[in-house]
Amino acid sequence: MSKHLIDLIDIRKSYGTEDALKRINLYIRDGEFLTLLGPSGCGKTTLLRLIAGFTMPTEGRVLIDGKDVSAIPPYKRRVNTVFQKYALFPHLNVYDNVAFGLKIQKLPKDEIDRRVNEMLELVNLKGYGKRWIEQLSGGQQQRVAIARALVNRPQVLLLDEPLGALDLKLRKGMQIELKRMQQHLGITFVFVTHDQEEALTMSDTVVVMNEGVIQQIGTPTDIYNEPKNVFVAKFIGESNILPGTMKRDLLVNFHGMDFTCVDKGFAPNEPVDVVIRPEDIDLVAPDAGMLRGVVKSVLFMGVHYEFRVECGDVMLTVHSTDYVEPGCEVGVVILPDAIHIMHKSDAPDAAEPLPQEDLPEDAPELLPEE
Amino acid sequence: MKRTVFAYPYVVWMLIFILAPMLMIAYYAFTSDGAFTLANLAGALTNEMYMQVLLRSVWIALKATVVCLLLGYPIAYLLSKMKRSTASLLSVLFIVPMWMNFLLRTYAWQVLLSPSGILNNLLKAVGLPAQQFLYTESAVMLGTVYNFLPFMILPIYTVLSKMDQSQIEAAHDLGANGPTTFFKVVLPLSMPGVISGITMVFIPAITTFAISRLLGGGKFMLYGDLIENQFITLGMDAWGSGSALSFILLVLVLISMAVMRRAEREAGEEGGGKLW
Ligand SMILES: Nc1ncnc2c1ncn2[C@@H]1O[C@H](COP(=O)(O)OP(=O)(O)O)[C@@H](O)[C@H]1O
Ligand SMILES: [Mg+2]
Repeated sequence: MSKHLIDLIDIRKSYGTEDALKRINLYIRDGEFLTLLGPSGCGKTTLLRLIAGFTMPTEGRVLIDGKDVSAIPPYKRRVNTVFQKYALFPHLNVYDNVAFGLKIQKLPKDEIDRRVNEMLELVNLKGYGKRWIEQLSGGQQQRVAIARALVNRPQVLLLDEPLGALDLKLRKGMQIELKRMQQHLGITFVFVTHDQEEALTMSDTVVVMNEGVIQQIGTPTDIYNEPKNVFVAKFIGESNILPGTMKRDLLVNFHGMDFTCVDKGFAPNEPVDVVIRPEDIDLVAPDAGMLRGVVKSVLFMGVHYEFRVECGDVMLTVHSTDYVEPGCEVGVVILPDAIHIMHKSDAPDAAEPLPQEDLPEDAPELLPEE
Repeated sequence: MKRTVFAYPYVVWMLIFILAPMLMIAYYAFTSDGAFTLANLAGALTNEMYMQVLLRSVWIALKATVVCLLLGYPIAYLLSKMKRSTASLLSVLFIVPMWMNFLLRTYAWQVLLSPSGILNNLLKAVGLPAQQFLYTESAVMLGTVYNFLPFMILPIYTVLSKMDQSQIEAAHDLGANGPTTFFKVVLPLSMPGVISGITMVFIPAITTFAISRLLGGGKFMLYGDLIENQFITLGMDAWGSGSALSFILLVLVLISMAVMRRAEREAGEEGGGKLW
């Protein structure tokens, strides 16, 4: 798990005057499921295209297996791509689409046959070999695209928002399928999405990007629980973000009050951003809380309620399974665990990711193994 | 008011200028002094000279189509690889001569190729002996290819420039180098354009007239010239046989169109279709 398969070193990619990627440093370990997560236009596709070899960095180097690949054209890289719109060949049937790469390698016919059928079975398309692409549903086309790439046994599979065009139910199913295939085949996956939930459920490592800059690299739990800046905190799940001051280690002041917290290592009296996840706030009887507030609105979200609670001049978002009438006065409890402190985003180095070496060797799985 | 009203002038136009002449051809081809006869058709089909001209027409049209394809595909391919602005500038260069009457264009070639024309003057300038360019079969081919080449280039260019670049990238991604990608992906996907190109060159080439008279000097009479000859030179008496010849050509054109239509459908079935 620890070998670096791909290294991106000081990458900058500009299109004309615009930098699509700025000072990207990232390594991808052999066999991991790494997700590039960020809003549309943040440079995810560009990053994939650099690895696949469809485009060259303006500055910096791409290493695969420790070797600089700048002189290696895409067709010689052991990297395969599942394209955003699948890019299947409409003039070939399903079988020939999947066999395309193997035929180019001029493998013996019976081996091609065996591997193609094996792969069609893996993606649940057994018996679909003779169909034309246009006769398939979106979900089926998507699986052909995955089979066509995986059948070549690449070192790395690049997937550019492969589930974006599927409806919710199909997408959930495919998330589990993809994760299963990745674990079964042991191939490194670099997966692109703008859906934070998808990133958190599937990945070993999540790379959060914005405007061509890596904001944070970490395990899904790290990213969710320890966002490094306001962008990550806002992009991953919902957050209450309040301005505050770090009085000293383990003590933060916000909303005019001191709170015990679990963070340390900040400068004394450093201005900070305080992140509190809505599900980490408890609503109690008015006098039992640390703060007093009034419930302004309630939304039923399926599993829980979402409350907007006004405490003086701040509005907190709170998730809870217990119902409280709008207009009620409540007490608000924020335990030390619930408080997460971040450096101010306008601090000079806020956008720089911490060294990636901080990552634990084996990331804990969020998705239960089958 | 129903919108179909706007189509009425078009329908009238079609009736007067397309349907009526066809009916007249059929009428004159199958009658003699107002009575039904197959003699005109039989005469046209058994006349050895006429059949020779027909074969030559088909042969020259086929050759011209092949030459147009061999020239037109690479040109269309290069155009599709260029920046869009350069490509449209260049395609204007191809199209502008088309605005000129085709007789004028052909006369221009006559001047260029003539014994004292520019080409021979150039040869003289570099000390080579003058050549007989005009009134050869090559001159007829040149004229035909020159006139119809744009009709090959444009449909192929249209298909190539609309082609989904990600499919080409997918081929590279799966290990195909440039030539393999071309033969396995680009060429098959451009077949619809190739087929319309072939149709749009072959049909006018087989029915053309005047090119062979102007550049071939009458030595390489084509079917179109034969028909023109019947009506213009021989006058009323030959309308019957002229119409029979026209009818034969019409059938030939319809058959080639049916063949192309079928090829088009097959290319379409293999996908790639829906582009045009
Ligand atoms: N070929 C290109 N030419 C010019 N600009 C491009 C090109 N490809 C991407 N960009 C720009 O680079 C930025 C990142 O694009 P992209 O990598 O596609 O983002 P994402 O995949 O995250 O949505 C965008 O601002 C986009 O407009
Ligand atoms: Mg993208």
